[in-house]
Formats: sequence, structure tokens, C-alpha cells
Amino acid sequence: MGRARTIARRTFLIGSAAIAGGVAFGVWRYKTPYANPLEPGLAEGEAALTPYVKIDAEGVTLITPRADKGQGAYHVQAALIAEELDVNIEDIKADPGPPSAAYWNGALAEEVAEFSVPAGGAMRAVAETGAGAMMKFIGLQITGGSTTVPDAWEKLRAAGASARETLKQAAAEEWDLRASDLKTEGGRVIAPDGRELDYTELAARAARVKPVQDVALRPPEAWRYIGKPMRRLDIVQKSTGTMTYGIDVDVEGMVHAAVLLSPAQGGALRGYDASEAEAMRGVTAVVPVTGGVAVIADNTWRAFEAADAIEADWGEAQMPETMDGHWQALSDAFTADAQDSRPRDDGDVDEALDGGDLVETEYRAPYLAHAPLEPINAIVRINDDDSADVWTGTQIPRFVQTNVGAIAGIDAGDVRVHAQMIGGSFGHRLEDEVVKQAAEIAVQMKGTPVKLTYKREMDMTHDFPRQIAMARARGTVKDGRVESYDLGIAMPSVMGSQMGRQGLAVPGPDSQIVAGAWEQPFAIPNHRVTGYRAEGLAPISSWRSVGASSNGFFYNAGLDELIEAAGADPMEERLRLVSDPLARAVLEAVAEMSGWDGAKMGPGKGRGVALTRSFGVHCAEVVEVSDTEDGLVIDKAYVAAEMGRVVDPVNFENVVAGGVIFGLGHAMNCEITYEGGVAQQENFYSYEGMRLRQCPEIMVRGLENGDAVRGIGEPPVPPAAPALAGAIFAATGQRLREMPFSKFVDFA
Amino acid sequence: MQITVDGTQHELDVEGDMPLLWVLRDELGVKGVKYGCGVAACGACTVHIDGEAVRSCQVAAGDVWGEVTTIEGLGNPGTLHAVQAAWIEHQVAQCGYCQSGQIMQAAALLAETPAPSDADIDAAMDGNLCRCGTYPRIRAAVKTAAKTLQEG
Repeated sequence: MGRARTIARRTFLIGSAAIAGGVAFGVWRYKTPYANPLEPGLAEGEAALTPYVKIDAEGVTLITPRADKGQGAYHVQAALIAEELDVNIEDIKADPGPPSAAYWNGALAEEVAEFSVPAGGAMRAVAETGAGAMMKFIGLQITGGSTTVPDAWEKLRAAGASARETLKQAAAEEWDLRASDLKTEGGRVIAPDGRELDYTELAARAARVKPVQDVALRPPEAWRYIGKPMRRLDIVQKSTGTMTYGIDVDVEGMVHAAVLLSPAQGGALRGYDASEAEAMRGVTAVVPVTGGVAVIADNTWRAFEAADAIEADWGEAQMPETMDGHWQALSDAFTADAQDSRPRDDGDVDEALDGGDLVETEYRAPYLAHAPLEPINAIVRINDDDSADVWTGTQIPRFVQTNVGAIAGIDAGDVRVHAQMIGGSFGHRLEDEVVKQAAEIAVQMKGTPVKLTYKREMDMTHDFPRQIAMARARGTVKDGRVESYDLGIAMPSVMGSQMGRQGLAVPGPDSQIVAGAWEQPFAIPNHRVTGYRAEGLAPISSWRSVGASSNGFFYNAGLDELIEAAGADPMEERLRLVSDPLARAVLEAVAEMSGWDGAKMGPGKGRGVALTRSFGVHCAEVVEVSDTEDGLVIDKAYVAAEMGRVVDPVNFENVVAGGVIFGLGHAMNCEITYEGGVAQQENFYSYEGMRLRQCPEIMVRGLENGDAVRGIGEPPVPPAAPALAGAIFAATGQRLREMPFSKFVDFA
Repeated sequence: MQITVDGTQHELDVEGDMPLLWVLRDELGVKGVKYGCGVAACGACTVHIDGEAVRSCQVAAGDVWGEVTTIEGLGNPGTLHAVQAAWIEHQVAQCGYCQSGQIMQAAALLAETPAPSDADIDAAMDGNLCRCGTYPRIRAAVKTAAKTLQEG
């Protein structure tokens, strides 16, 4: 936490700027002596404003630069600003992107990003692995690593508070009163005699007032929004079919595109015959794009149909021919040469392993698609004046600018990104292949907006999936206790693969290979975690909870088998070993919530427990299952997470329950397998996840014992699979060491 | 061909095998109806034809046998259908992309079965996939909507 917090406090300087008909408030950042490749236009000592509050005659707009992919990011960002600004959240607008081109500049994005590397989180981990390239990477506007709330927590409230006090100062001048005698409420400044001025009326004058700095933030007892149930800003639109997602955007003169990509992931296009496609109704062009062929038509479906009618000859994928080959590559990576990191080495593991009966197990986690329900899509228009417009849902708007700029041969700063609401991501929108392909098509038809929509099958089979991974656990027990635990994890480097596609090298170890394992809050006397980097596998990307999504399972499953060997109870032994008071509290919470009195709950019934610390959050889960005639039924799940502060309790409960369902559903029945580099699962009939009938009752509790404010998008995912595996063992006696579990057991 | 959507009759010149989903989205601009899978595996495109919930990705334009009602015709932010009101009350949505289909499926269920059991809800809603995992709130909202409609 230290570094991010220090930077944040030192550099907070709230500023304001006049805009057409009003004022914008935000955070100033001065150009610093070290090179900033993102903002060549800014000279040393000059400042750029990152606006968070815009007030003009039309009203108050809160700028919410973090992408919203369903986690409620727009709402929570707006709530933090509104808390201090004294506006009613239902009266304001939230705008994800720049309200005008003037806002969308490199300094804005760079500024926003500077604070987006809070304690914990994937991005900090990334930053720690390779300084140069990673600093460049994080100097970008990125949504990820459950960082939205930690990043925004002080910054957005400070922006709101400074704006409020500056508006009061403007009113004081208008009325010739003292600002300290004025109060604010509902977007108005109110004088002691009852006179009122709307913020909108004060905006122009406020732009000329020196912004009020160092406003003390309100204490928790004064909060109107934070910690209280709120109606999400987007909930009415999302309940009436009136929310516009990227896939719904229509731009004047737009054409529809679909792509046919090499079935073998990454295979080259050797040649194609599009004569049938070109003759189909509505088709206007067929053009090559990187990795395949694109069809231009006057309707999405006609483009899909025509793309399917193209005959193409494809090159081969650069990965093992069979899944056995993928697993073999992982198995072969457990060597000193392939060792990536050993961030934990407590006690004397080798001596302890020599001195006892060894428990040795191996675990596997498959590739997984992100498969958000909105297939990826983007609209790109290259304009005649050497600028471009992009309409898309993205977590990496700065990369989008850079990549579209490079494809079009124009300055990245002249690429306007119109951020759209995202129909789910789970990490998918941290990639921008669809934008790049749309740009490649658009440069061939300047002035025409090109909307590229991936067919579901293309989205799923050409995803960059979650890493495949393997773990080997060894350990010993003594006197009914876990005495030693040696966990080795092999996987390809997520960060290397993902950043490689952006042309960035990632020197040093990849902390995601061991994330969710090495930093776990258990004091096992002899304890070692080693990461091994496997090469030559499928290209992969960040998938909700990243390294911890596989490692939370490995760590807890391995620990469970040692606890079994010790003859101990999974909950009691965890409570005995736990070394952090915040972690102890979440374990005690789920023990109490579930009424834990042992793993076995009667004939054919059992429960399991898991705890994973990921993204700085301790999250514990208990899952209960019944073995029935129809198959295994997940009856209940209990979750407790240490949040520091729950900003929006209603949304928190929803996102946590969703994270548990995400973790359970994929553990139950999801995998992407490749044969000859071709993904074998292409739609939801073969990649299903959890269905409503299978959904357990889920009880959620957020704890607020810690000092740091945390994000919750990812942490509920890792403990779900191992808690389910533990429950199935308790109910049936069968140990599950490989996901998806449906390969070995039946679910009802 | 002619098609009636949310009370408005349209004259169309499209291929008979163009799925109703794409007629609605690309020809008529009814974007509240969502594309998720194209193979009836997710339910995001659910609409009503003569009150029956159907996957619009699997109904050919030439086969539409009655009046089509979409999420936009069921109700609107000013005049909410009871199911939409329940969805708002329970704050069901996360990304919200599947919810048009969920709401249309739930509305059809309640029209047929005003007081559904848990098993009825599971059976009716099981084909509607939610990747964010809002199922617990969907169940709760269906029950609230059922109550509202019965008290109606």
C-alpha cells in the first residue's frame, strides 16, 4: 500500500478549468522530469487536468473513466464524487469518456492511470516484475486487477470536495458573503437567508475562482451514499432494454463486417476463395485482415453468413498438436531451468520432506474462455482529416488509440475513443484484436464507419483464454498437524503473452505464475512455493482473478489433502495455521455463517472450505453439496471478504455472489481444449458454466476490519472451486484434482 | 413480408431465412433484443410471439406466426411492466446484457403460471444464461413480480 498511497497524497492537487459554458474540476498533474512518452505535447512544468466533475448549463456530469463491464464501476465512481459534491446521484449524468475531444488527451489518460496501481492487484504485481516496460504499461488508462475502487477512493472524493468548496467560494463572491457561512445541498449553494444558486448557474464564475485545496474529506458518520444501499445509475436502462452497449451503436453510414479467422489459433492465411460470399445478398466487399478474411455487408447476419461461405487455406498453429502435448509441456517445465520464481521458502522444506511420510499430489486447471455474453465488437472510422473515431467497450483505451493510430498511420492523439458500456468482460476487453481488425478494414474505406462484430463461435474459439496450469504438491504431517507444504506451479506467462501482443517485453519473473499461492496467510513451519514458466503453449490472457484463478484451487486442494493426512478438520486446521488477523476473521465468519461442525454433514452431504488472498482481499468460502440420484447438487455457499470499506452494499452482494457462481460454474463444466490448435468448444452448448437451476443459495458478508479499501471484482472467484472440491470429497470420498470436475462426477 | 413488432406493423424486404433477431436489430433498430449465441443456447434474444417466449435467433423471418413483443414493447422506463419493476427493485443486473431475455422469459412464465414454484422458475429460466451470475436475484425478482401481478 505504501507506495501508491504516498504518491497519491503527494501529488493530489485539485484544479479547475474553464470549459465552454462552465467549469471542470479534476486532478492536476505536472509534467515531471522523467520522460513521459505518452504526452509529448506537455513541456516540463506544465500541467494537465484530469476532469472528474463537469458543470455547465446542461447540468452536472461526473466523469467515470474506468470501464463498466457489469461490476457497477460507473455507479461507484459517481457515488464517490457525489458524496462530497452534494449532488443527488439520480440528478447527475455519468460519462465514461471525454465529453469533448479536448478532454481526451494523453495527459488525461496518463493521469488517470498513475493512481491505478494500488496495493495488491495484478497491475502492481506486473509493475514489480519488469520496471521499464511495465511502467509504460501502467501509465495507461486500464480497468483491471480490482483496482477501480482502491484507485478512486480518495481521488474522486477529493475532486468532489474541492469542487464543492470552489462553488461555495463563487457563490460567496456573487452574494458578497463568506463561503464558510454557506451550505450545499442537492446541487445548489444555499445562503443563510435562504437564497439559492444552482451549481449550473455558478459554473462560469467558479471557473475564474482559485480552486479551494486541501478540503478535509467528510467522516464516515456524515456519509449519505457510501456504505448505504443505492440504486445503481444504470439499473432502469438495464431492466428495460434501453441501455446501449457497444454492439448496439449505430453510426451514420455504417457498414457491417464479420471475420473468418484461422481455425487453428494464430495460423496464417495462405489463400482463400470468396466467390460464393461475394455473390451473396448485401455483401459489398471481401478483404484480408491480419489472421483471416473480412466480409463487408449491409447487415450483421449477412456478414456472418458470407464469412462462413468463404473457402480458405490456413497455416498451422504454434502450439502442441494435442492436449496431451499441452500437459506434457507443463509437466516438463518443473525443472531448475524453467524456474520463474520462488517467492516463499520458510523453514527447511527439504529436511521436513525427508523426515516424514510424503503426501504427493498433482492438480490441473484447463484453458478457459472469457465468453462475456456480448460478443466483442468495435466500430472504427478513419476520417479524411487524419483522425479516427472508435466506438467500443474497452479496458485499455490508450492501447486502442496507439494501435488504431499505427494502423491508420495517424497520431494516436487523433484517435478519439468513445467508450461504450460493456456486456461482460471477465478480462476479454483487456484485448483489442477486434478493434485492430476493424481498423484494418476501415483504412480500406476511409470515411465509412466499419462495425465489426464477432460471431459467438469466433469470439469463443479465438479468445485468448485463461492459462492452462499444473501444480505438484508435496508435504508431510506430524502429530495431527500440517508440518510441511511444498507447492510447485507450472503455467505459461500471462503477462508475457498479453503484453507481447502490445509489443511490450516483460523482463523478470511473472508474479501471476505464483499469485494466489505464495502470499497465502498460513504459517506452515516448512513452506515453499515455486513458479515454473512453460513455453510454447496457446496465447493466453488475463481471466477474472488471473493467476489466482488456478492457483487458489491448487493451494487449497493441496492443503486439504495434507489436512486429511493429518486427520484434522479442514476448517480447524486452517484456523490453527492462519497467520493474519484479517484472514482469521473471514474464516471465522464463514464458519459461523455455515454453522461449521465438521466437513461431513450426514449421508451423501458434505461441505468444504477455502481461503484465498488475492488482489489484497482475504476471501473465504464454504460450499455445501448433496450427492443425489440426479447427480451432485450445490446447496449453499457462504462467502466472507475483508473489504476495508464496502462502498455500495447492494452491488457488493451481487458482484460477490456472481464471483462465486463464476468460480463454481467454470470448475463444474468449462474448459477450452485445442486439437491441432483448433479450440473444440465454440458456443454455450459446449461451454456452459452454471445455469439457474444449479445455483445455490449464497450468503455474503463483507468485513470492514482493515484499513485499506479494496475492490471485489475478482477475489470471490479463486476460493470457489477448492471449496466445491472439498465439499464433494466430504460428500462422496472422491478427490477431484483436475478441473472441470464434470470430467469425473455428474452434476444435477 | 409483413411483421408486427411492439404494436407497429412493418413491411420488410428480407430473405425468408433471416433470423427474426437480426430483422429486429439490424432492419428495425430494436436494439433491446440481444445477440448472444445465435443457436438458442443463451436466451439473450428472447421475445414473445403471440405471448409465447421464443428465441428470436431461431425463428426465420418468413415463419413469424404472430405479433412480436420485445423488451421495448413490454414496458418502458416511464411505464414499467411488473417484471421490469421487480428487476429494478432487486437491482438484478450487473452487465445487464442477458436481462432483456431473462425479463421476457419471466414475463411469459408469469402469464402462464401466475404463482410459480421454485421448480417452475428453475425449469422456465434454465435456458437463459447469465455470465455475471445474477441468478439469486432473478429468482427473487420473479417472485416479487408474481406477487405484484397477482395483487394487480
